Amino acid sequence: MGSLAKMSKKRYRGGILKLFNKKNIISLAVILAVYFIVQFFISNGSINDYIFTNVVLIGINIILALGLNLITGFTGQFSLGHAGFMSIGAYICAIVTAKLGLPFAIGIILAAISAAVIGFLIGLPTLRLKGDYLAIATLGFGEIIKNIFFNIDYVGGASGFNDIPFYTNWTWLYFSVVLTVVVVNNFIKSYAGRACIAIREDETAAEAMGVNTTNYKILAFVIGAFFAGIAGALYANYICLLKPDSFGFLKSIDILVIVVFGGMGSITGSIFGAIALTVISAFLQSFPELRMVIYSLILFFIMIYRPQGLMGTKEFSLGFLKKRGGLNAKAQDK
Amino acid sequence: MLKLKINNLTMAFGGIIAVSNVSMAVEEGLIAGLIGPNGAGKTTLFNVMTGMYSPTSGTISYKLRGKDIAGNKLKPYQITKCGISRTFQNIRLFKDMTVLDNVRLAFHDNIKCGVMSSILRLPSFYSEEERIYKEATELLNVFKLADKKNEFARNLPYGEQRRLEIARALAAKPEILLLDEPAAGMNPNETKQLMGLIKWVRDKYKLTIILIEHDMSLVMNICEKVFVLDYGQLIAEGAPKEVQKNKKVIEAYLGGKDYVKA
Amino acid sequence: MQQLLQQLVNGISLGSTYALIALGYTMVYGIINLINFAHGDIYMVGAYVGFALTTFFHMDFISSLIISMVVCAILGVIIEKVAYKPIRNSTRIAALITAISVSLFLEYGMMYFVKAETRTFPNVLPDWKFKIFGGVIINVRDIYIIVVTVLLMVLLQYVIHRTKVGKAMRAVSLDAEAAQLMGIDVNRTISYTFAIGSALAGAAGVLVGVYYNTIDPLMGIMPGLKAFVAAVIGGIGIIPGAMFGGFFLGITETMVSANGGALYKDAVAFAILIIILIVKPNGLLGKNVKEKV
Repeated sequence: MGSLAKMSKKRYRGGILKLFNKKNIISLAVILAVYFIVQFFISNGSINDYIFTNVVLIGINIILALGLNLITGFTGQFSLGHAGFMSIGAYICAIVTAKLGLPFAIGIILAAISAAVIGFLIGLPTLRLKGDYLAIATLGFGEIIKNIFFNIDYVGGASGFNDIPFYTNWTWLYFSVVLTVVVVNNFIKSYAGRACIAIREDETAAEAMGVNTTNYKILAFVIGAFFAGIAGALYANYICLLKPDSFGFLKSIDILVIVVFGGMGSITGSIFGAIALTVISAFLQSFPELRMVIYSLILFFIMIYRPQGLMGTKEFSLGFLKKRGGLNAKAQDK
Repeated sequence: MLKLKINNLTMAFGGIIAVSNVSMAVEEGLIAGLIGPNGAGKTTLFNVMTGMYSPTSGTISYKLRGKDIAGNKLKPYQITKCGISRTFQNIRLFKDMTVLDNVRLAFHDNIKCGVMSSILRLPSFYSEEERIYKEATELLNVFKLADKKNEFARNLPYGEQRRLEIARALAAKPEILLLDEPAAGMNPNETKQLMGLIKWVRDKYKLTIILIEHDMSLVMNICEKVFVLDYGQLIAEGAPKEVQKNKKVIEAYLGGKDYVKA
Repeated sequence: MQQLLQQLVNGISLGSTYALIALGYTMVYGIINLINFAHGDIYMVGAYVGFALTTFFHMDFISSLIISMVVCAILGVIIEKVAYKPIRNSTRIAALITAISVSLFLEYGMMYFVKAETRTFPNVLPDWKFKIFGGVIINVRDIYIIVVTVLLMVLLQYVIHRTKVGKAMRAVSLDAEAAQLMGIDVNRTISYTFAIGSALAGAAGVLVGVYYNTIDPLMGIMPGLKAFVAAVIGGIGIIPGAMFGGFFLGITETMVSANGGALYKDAVAFAILIIILIVKPNGLLGKNVKEKV
């Protein structure tokens, strides 16, 4: 055995205690605090329906954006069919809750798993394509999924799937978002995440350094699809009505704009982007065409003048508040 | 003991035959040079050896980690995991990743924790991360890049980028190291340092090194055996001094005139 | 048999539209390696220009066709200069996103100004039908479409192979740097490529307008995507490939529609795309060359 290989035989300490470091405990406290504060305001009626709807949409968009960011921003695989995974999650959850009468939890889990499975099946053949071809192939799959749902009468076909029970509340929404953020963050700040970023940077070099690029691309794709499925489930049981048209190319573009705006490769960027663009959309609700024109201009100017978007590949760090590190540490100590 | 044996290897792209019926054998522990005029097929040979291309005909066999391995049908990442690593002619670092991350990426062996334990932040994740961090830092120390470990790779000066590429290649724990023009763009002083580094790396990590180079001072100085390619064919092999005097080699480089002494 | 022939006729008409649009895609991809997502929307603009000319200016078919082609050519050149030139050296993702943004801008910009309802073309072409082979119905409009398409294709082939401009286009698509070193004005050549491709898309728009009579601002999305599929089927970057692909897709789609798959015809087109991309990415007319890394 070469002497390099002998190096890794030394023992290194791990331990469950590492999980409970200062940073994580503070994060947990903040997460719970936000939850209870908002829950309080909802319970005493301060947050009306209109605002809550927007909060739900923001949450759903954050989950969608993080999933797509993982695929496109971090791993560099251009996917234009993300809405297709959302629709699978939405329809599966709708079927489970409305037609089968099972609890929401089962609906969400099945939604996520179905979307992930479809993500795997689609990813397997398409992820060997590069760049433009991958984009078009994923777009094609998204349209095929839409076409299929359009023609299935069991889920309402063209007229839509009605009477889905209303289950999405602040608790489900918030902890789904938190789950997404935590999983994506933990994934990125690990060997697997670094492998994905390396694939984005230079796939050939990554492969030459021992990374099974096919596996990681599919993995990122499946995780992204998984969360899109969750987002779809939350959407279905909030809006309570599904139309296949809502999940086409245009919806995929909506998510893409958020990811591009926030910064491809930044988790906090996707969060900020989702908030910003959902709010903008809310204001422009009465002017749907204008909204799309503005979206197109946003995309255009970002690509020309600031292709890295709001945050680039950096995360928002509260480092300026503390001496070193922060809630999301920057280049050091990942 | 033979570390690498190539038999009658041919690599053709449509009508272009980049490597033609090449047979080579490299003993363990050797620093071998692969030289030849531009376009002779040297990098293509490296690409075939690392699995990027599947050879049109011929065989490659390695003796890695004690086992005999046939290199024809393996994918690049599989060949790397067997124990071969390389650098590239045009530096292919991960530019938007830090120096540390570039090196950490290549530690793929024995990652005891899978994706699930990374996501769940199980104890094995933390111990693996610590191990990788320590090993990567050690390697960076060796290459005098440790103080820049949080710098983005694209911000490094050229010479350090080349060193980083070698460090990264070593992180993959190879037994055979392929260096593609490691001295390209370096001044004589840097080249001298590189020569020392390559020799030292071979000795410390007990590697077999094959390098492609155009800088004859480096080749003459540290290569113990030299292979010469021209138009895809192996036209000479042997000790550097012999090859230097070989008529065919001189003609290949200069078309018949005397080559300036290295 | 008669049914088959009927479907063939319908398929060729449909395929002509796809072929004309696909030509623009393939020419642009061949020269700057960009999938011009906005191309389908140029087709839509062509239809609207034709609509305006025939409805408000009471022009005849040929004149509105020609003027529409000119307008689209100009639009194509403007888009290239404003949107695509600045990102010529950016990453592929950036270029694709920019193309998408142009596409959205055209679609929703048009919708904002002319409203989303469909408009109806006035009848500028006669609507005679006649039967051949005992039962196959051919509309005079089918003949117009096919004839105009074939004429334009012949014209295109002439331009590509017998003019200096065409030579320059072929040179730049093979190796832009070398072409530049040979004295070819690459920027101008790219502009010409966009102009010609857009003109063809505009022609398709007018043809579809007079044939099917209705137009709407989003009419370019599906045909645009399908024309891209057609270009890929024939081999993206290969001009005869776009022609072949267009007709192939048109005929296939018509046959699928007529034989019970009408609801799935869109999905079928994309399924074909995916199969081709996986099995023979260089297209049916493309060469199988291994790329040197």
